[in-house]
Parts: sequence; structure tokens; C-alpha cells
Amino acid sequence: MWGAEEKSSVPFLEMNVFSKLSSVLLCGFLLHGLKAGAQEDPRLRSSLARAILSAEGEQQSILGELGESGSPVVREVLNAWVRDSLFAYDLDGIKIPVLLDDQSDAQGKVRALRVDDGQVLRDANGTELRFQTADLTAVDTDARLRGLIQQTLDAIALSDPDPNVRRSAVLKLGNSQKLKNVGVLQSRLAKEAEKTVRKSISEAVALLELGESDPSKQVAAANQLRRLGAIGSVASLQSLASRSTAPAEVRKAANSAVRAIEDHLAVVNFFGTVFRGLSLGSILLVVALGLAITFGLMGVINMAHGEMIAVGAYTCYVVQNLFGAGFGFSVNLPFHFLGHPLGFGLRLPGLNATGAWYESYFLFALPLSFLTAALAGLVLERTVIRFLYRRPLESLLATWGVSLVMQQLFRMFFGANNVQVNSPRWLLGHFSCYDVSLGYNRVFVIGFAVLIVFGTWLLLAKTPLGLLIRAVMQNRDMASCMGVRTGRVNRLTFAFGSGLAGLAGAFLSQIGNVGPGMGQDHIVNAFMTVVVGGVGSIVGTIFAAIGVGAGDQILQQLTGSPVTGKIVVLVCIIFFLQWKPGGLFSIRSRNLD
Amino acid sequence: MQFKPRNLELWLMVAAALLIIVVLPCLNAFAPETSWLHVGNFTINLYGKYLCYAILAISVDILWGYTGLLSLGQALFFSLGGYMMGMNLMRMIGELGQYHKPIPDFLVFLGWTRLPAFWKPFASLPFALIMAALVPGLLSAVFGFFAFRSRIRGVYFSILTQALTYAACLLFFRNSLLMGGNNGFTDFKFILGHDLRSPVTQRALFICSGVALLLVYGVCRWLTNTKFGKIQRAIRDSENRVMFSGYSTANFKLLVFVLAALIASLAGILYVPQVGIINPGEMSTEKSLEAVVWVAVGGRATLVGPILGAFTVNALKSWATRAYPDLWLILLGTMFIFVTVFLPGGMVGLPGQLLVLKRRYFSRTPKAPPAANPTPSPFVK
Repeated sequence: MWGAEEKSSVPFLEMNVFSKLSSVLLCGFLLHGLKAGAQEDPRLRSSLARAILSAEGEQQSILGELGESGSPVVREVLNAWVRDSLFAYDLDGIKIPVLLDDQSDAQGKVRALRVDDGQVLRDANGTELRFQTADLTAVDTDARLRGLIQQTLDAIALSDPDPNVRRSAVLKLGNSQKLKNVGVLQSRLAKEAEKTVRKSISEAVALLELGESDPSKQVAAANQLRRLGAIGSVASLQSLASRSTAPAEVRKAANSAVRAIEDHLAVVNFFGTVFRGLSLGSILLVVALGLAITFGLMGVINMAHGEMIAVGAYTCYVVQNLFGAGFGFSVNLPFHFLGHPLGFGLRLPGLNATGAWYESYFLFALPLSFLTAALAGLVLERTVIRFLYRRPLESLLATWGVSLVMQQLFRMFFGANNVQVNSPRWLLGHFSCYDVSLGYNRVFVIGFAVLIVFGTWLLLAKTPLGLLIRAVMQNRDMASCMGVRTGRVNRLTFAFGSGLAGLAGAFLSQIGNVGPGMGQDHIVNAFMTVVVGGVGSIVGTIFAAIGVGAGDQILQQLTGSPVTGKIVVLVCIIFFLQWKPGGLFSIRSRNLD
Repeated sequence: MQFKPRNLELWLMVAAALLIIVVLPCLNAFAPETSWLHVGNFTINLYGKYLCYAILAISVDILWGYTGLLSLGQALFFSLGGYMMGMNLMRMIGELGQYHKPIPDFLVFLGWTRLPAFWKPFASLPFALIMAALVPGLLSAVFGFFAFRSRIRGVYFSILTQALTYAACLLFFRNSLLMGGNNGFTDFKFILGHDLRSPVTQRALFICSGVALLLVYGVCRWLTNTKFGKIQRAIRDSENRVMFSGYSTANFKLLVFVLAALIASLAGILYVPQVGIINPGEMSTEKSLEAVVWVAVGGRATLVGPILGAFTVNALKSWATRAYPDLWLILLGTMFIFVTVFLPGGMVGLPGQLLVLKRRYFSRTPKAPPAANPTPSPFVK
């Protein structure tokens, strides 16, 4: 818990690394943080200690002062106080307020940390004192004091350095329905520089002022909310509008505000759905593009495509671990040789990178996941698929066998459970645009999809290899007669399609689970996307992916359940293929087959 | 006397039928438990399961082996039959469930106090059996009608049936369907008033499965030897030619598809009381593909092949999942790849393939006939 002090003493970027280090390292950092915090503000700490031990009247004024500080130390201590985990220890007749450390020793005892200087509590000889919770008495609180502490905590949250924390504190106060909070909010508004937080504060103030007794003020508040398009205030406005005791003009203002806000909400929802549909479509597109190459262009049904995705995702996992603490595995085979159990293992040392260097692992993982999956595809093509070019149904069956084997291999090497792939910091979080929340990773996937499609188009349309690929796909025998080495082109095309699947896997590792069965979750959707788009048409795949993604999101909204939405989409696709059996962009041909 | 493989096949089937329907149940019932001839209850139950799998495999084979339609939805029809049977078995539990209520436990758990209307008639076994024929039959008829009308064929048909199965699987996972959700149906107690766990009932179910398999085998054997069967195979080999000869191939395919769905459903009906559980996991695509593996390993476009394959692969599975649980999937996958790439005729086709190899090895002329082709080209006389 004391680790939170790091926030103020080291750059924020470092904070995120914390969660990724082993617990041993964590402990070391925590102690470091403890000392840094102690040097930071001894004055604050001593007034905190005073507040805890002094009489009621004095407490109020000191707490008021502390609220201004916005210090995380104060927040921690006050939180502990409300939860009855702040203790007073009698050291040679002087009461010393202490907090207990998190980590207990062999006897289940823990160290105590002094509130007044942040150091470990020692006796006169300088030995550390250790306690069990039952040994100490908690510092008393009553209802009034708890209210005071809560107010102070709110005030601290309002001056937190992180705008998101400030905003949520504002929202909480706004929904408190206590008019006295208006003062606190307005004093904060005067100091606030961040635009989004300022807007939240004005919303919160107006929301609180709806509870005024003066009708003119209520009307003004309702109008203010209408102007701000405050989505969170609809419920309060509606209850005000339907309250029979309220004056007519107040109800009218509330009603018009509700209507205006609902209109605004409809627009926001629409754009939100469009955005989510677009990002889901991009995921589908990234996943289906590799399939559009192997299935659409080559006519090979690769049921192991999903496992190629998993190869990319696991490559991401390995690269991440190599940047961190290292990567290792050991596989035990259920066989014995001369009495020794057979098995093998490998341990690669890690770079133990931190900070921005660690965050950049994803940039290295992207090309590597492409290469690993492409290599796996190359091996698959050489060993299995080349025998089956003229038997598409059989390629479906054989590659399903491959997918079974690969899934089991993943289980043996990486374990049956999902593995943890951490997103780089620059993919976390989101920003709001016109009340629509846009996640960075969603924005990233859309950009990523555009980039991959562009790259694929470039390869197919502008390079000599692309020309050969198209020639072989259109007429294998003719291309062969013209001197094209079709076997080599097949190899490269299949490797390229598999590599695209690997890229998709690297991306999916950032937004979903990475596990042995992850490929199976995507394979049906990917096949449907390619079939709907029209086999052999990359443009069709793009339109189909976006159409299916948007349809899925819209139907989810309409039916109110993700699963029902999915089922309806699948049924719609089956009917769509009745109407256009060749897909959206089918290649016109007089051939019956 | 001339060697006739067809007669041999018939005699083998009669012998196997006698063994399954008469000998094994007798050994289970009358042989003393200490005797080496005794067949345990577990074995009877296990073989009963294999018999159901063999029926399912035949349904895959008449579609894939004989008509060239690789359906990945057979597990769906299998589970639909199983679910209908399961609904009857759930009603038979009566008030002996965990909650001691007259309605199935999962409904109590979902907060229901009365039985939903569509559950009521399932108290009668004949009704459940009729539904087990109607539901898969209608679903396959509607789906097949639309699919074949718009000439969806080859891999597209496979992918579409896969999507249908996936959608149904998602649907059955939902609690709001009132079909048991994630856990499906289990804890069955009685069938037609008989204790489901008594060896006598299990033996009876085993004999029923054996008879059903024999009937299905007989009907399919008869069907494939008629003119209808010839057209079926013609569609497999060159659908366009059949169409241009004036046959409505869509109708033929639809009939086979519905028939296969009914056979799969029959397998499901017999499977559920013997295994004692049915849940949406049974209708995943993997289960359909596993049935395809049995057919491929045994030998498609024969009727003995699927039965042989279902028994061999499942016996192997029972052994391997106990002996080497981690390696089973690798074994299955590798076997499947190997069979698909190198043994298109499966186990049944193996002797013929070896014969060709031997002839090629010993022949004086360097030009040897190519390896056996599973789907003979229409150009070869």
C-alpha cells in the first residue's frame, strides 16, 4: 500500500512496470518508496499524527488543511483510519499512531510503520517491533468523525494529479445529492485547468443544484444540464419532471432537458456502435485476411489457421518474457528410457528491461510473430498441404488433424491455461471524443487493419511475386507451362497467408485471451467472413468483415445480448448465401464448379 | 470357388451381429464373474457407446463417402436426438432430483416453479421419439432445401454446416432456452420405469443399439445397391453430368441429407441413456469432425469401414486417454493426417493399396498403375 508514494517521487511511466516485476523486486521498491515518501513531506505527516491524536475541535481544522494537500500519504492513512486499521501504540508513555505492514513473518507478525515519519517502529534500543493485529488497539472513530474523514478524502481525490481520478471524484460528489458539496466543487472549479474535468464539475454542480428549494435556481440548473448534454443526469431530471410537487416551470425545464439529452444520447450511442462495429470488423478483417489468401486464392481449407493465430500470440508472449525475466519451458514425456523419465526443457535468460525499453517489446514481437507463423506455415505446406492441392475437402480434414496436434503442443509447452500478455502502456486507456469513449487498442486495431490491407494489396498488385501469385491462382497449369515455378509460389503464398495470421495473433494477444484454444474461437468467424465476401476477393473480405462486425454490434444492441446477436448474424449469413451464393464479390464465371 | 469379397463382408457382418446381439449379452448375464469368459458391465456400457458411434459414422459415410457431401453438422443432429431423449429421461426423474420438486433441477435453479408448456408432453417416450425424428428431420430438410437449391457444394457446404452447428451450440449454451444450458441434462434415473443403472437395463440398451446398427447397416446397404445409390455415387463423382442427364440432383442430395440426419438422431437417442449425460459440448464442430475421422480411418464409401473405424478409433481413444492422456490428441491428429494424405481408402482400402504397391514393385514393365484413387475419376473406365 505504501508503494503508492512512488507516484509522486518517480515518473509515472515507471509505475506501470511495478505490476510486472516479481514480488521480491516489488518488496524492494516498496521499501524504497517508503523512504522517499518520508523525505517528501515531514510536515504533512506530523500534522496527520496530530490530527489522529488530538481532540475533536482541533481534528476538524487539521483535517480541513490536510484535504487541501492532495497527498497520497494522507489518503492512505485516512482510508486505514475509516477501516479501523490505524492503531495507536504506547511507546514509553507517548502514543504513536502506526499502520501495519502487509507482509507478515513466520510467526504471522508484521512490522508497524509510524504515521509521523513513515519509518518502521523501533523500541529504545533500535530493534524493530513486530505485532499481531490483536495486540494493538485501533484508533477510535465515530460517525461524525467518519463523515469528516470522508469529506477530506473527497477533497484529496479532487486535487489528485491524475485527471481521471479527479473526474470520478467529481462524479461521486455530483451524485451525492448533498447541496453542501457545491461549495467544495466550486472552489475546485476555480483552480481546475483540465477541460474535461471542468465540464464534469459544472455538470456535478448543476446536478446538485437541481435539489435546491428555489425554483428559479432549479430551472437554471436544468437548462445548464441541457446545454452540457449531461448523460449522467437523465435519471435525476426525469424524477424531477415527474414529481407532482415541483412547480410547473421547473418540470417543463426538466422535461426539455431530458428530451435534449436523450437526443444527444442517441447520437452518442450511434457513433459508439459504429466505432465498436468498425473495430470488431477490423479484428475480423485481420483474422480473415490470411485466410482469404490461403483459402480464397489458393483454395486450401486450412483449419489450422486458428493455430497460426495462436503461434503469433504465443510469439508475443515469449518475446515479452525475453524482455522481462526470461522464458523457459520443460516438457515431460510419459515414457521412460532405461529407467529415466524422458523429457526436455529450455531456459532463455531475459533482458530484465524496464520502462520504455520494456514497453517496446511489442514492436519487436510484431515482425517476429509474422516470421514465426510464416515459418510454421512453410513447414505445414511442405509436409502436408502440397499433397492436397487438388483435394480441397481432404485438405480440410488433414489440416484439422494438424490443428489438433498444434493445440496439444501449445498445451505441453505453455500449459493448458491462458498465459498473461501485458499490453504496452501506449495501448491502454482511452480517450473521449464527443462523449464517445475510444479505447487506444481499438483505434490501434483499426489503423493496424488498414496498414495490413494496404501492405497485402501492395504485395499482390505491385510486386513481381504478386503477379506470379495471381497467375498461379488463376490457372495453375497455364502458369506452369509459362515457366512459373508453381511449387515455389505456393510455398511463398501459403507462408504469407500464415504470417498474416501470426500478425493477427500478435494483435489479438493485446485484446483477448492467449491460450491453446484461442484459434478455435476465431476460425468459424474467419471462414464466414471469407465466404460472405466472396472467395478469392480481398475487397470482398474487407467489406464482409466490416459488414459482419457492424451487424454483430447493431444486433447486440437490438437484442440486448451478445450471444443472441451472434446467432442472428450466423443465421443471416446462411440466408445471405441463399441470395448470393458466391458472396459479395464473386468472380463471374460460366464454370459450374 | 471364386473369392467374393461381397459375400465375405456379408458373412462377417452376420457373425459380428450374432456376437453383439447374442453372445456378449449372454456372457454378461450368465457367465460367472470369476470366469475369463465373463463380460463386465463396464465393457457392455463401453461397447454400447461404440455401437452408437458406429451408427453416427454410417450417417457421415452415406453423406460423405457415397454422396460427396462433407457435413460438419452431424454432431448437431446427433445431439438433437439425444436432447429429445434426454428431455424424456429428465421428466422420468420425477421428484427424486436434488430439490425434490416435480420439475427438473435446472429449472428450479433458474427460478421456475411450474413446468414450461413445451416440456409437458415429453413425459411420454413415444412423443419424445417422434420429436427426435421431427426436429432433426425438419431442421435438415429446411437447411438442406435452401443450401442445395442455391447450389452450395463442396467446401462451402462444409463451412455452412459448421456455422449452423456453431450457432446451435451457442444457442444451447444459453440458460434462457430452458434446455439445461451449460450443464445440459444428467442424473437420469429411469427409462420406461426401469432403473437406468441396473445391468439388465444397460444390457437391453446394448442389444437395442446392436439391432439399430444392424438395421441401419441393412437399410443403407440396400439403398446403396439400388438405382438411387448409383445416382448418389454419380453425384459424388460428377454432379454436373448427373444434372445434365436430367436428374434433379438437389432433391437426391436433400433426401440423403435428411436420411443421414435421422440416422444421426437415432444414434443420439440410444447414446444418451447409456452415457447418462448430454450437453452442448456434444454438438461442437470437433465432434462432427471426430466422426469424420472414424469414417476416414475405417474406409469411406464402404459400409463396413465406418463401423470398423468407429470401433478402432474409440477403442484406441479409451486406451490412450488413460495411458497417455497428454499425447492422445497428437496421436489422433497424426493418425488423421497420415490417413488423409497416404491412405485415402482407410483400413478397408489398405489391402487393395498394398496389392497395388506389390504389383508395382514386382511388375516387369516400368509403367505401373497409380495408387488407388478414393473417388474414381469419371474418365477412367
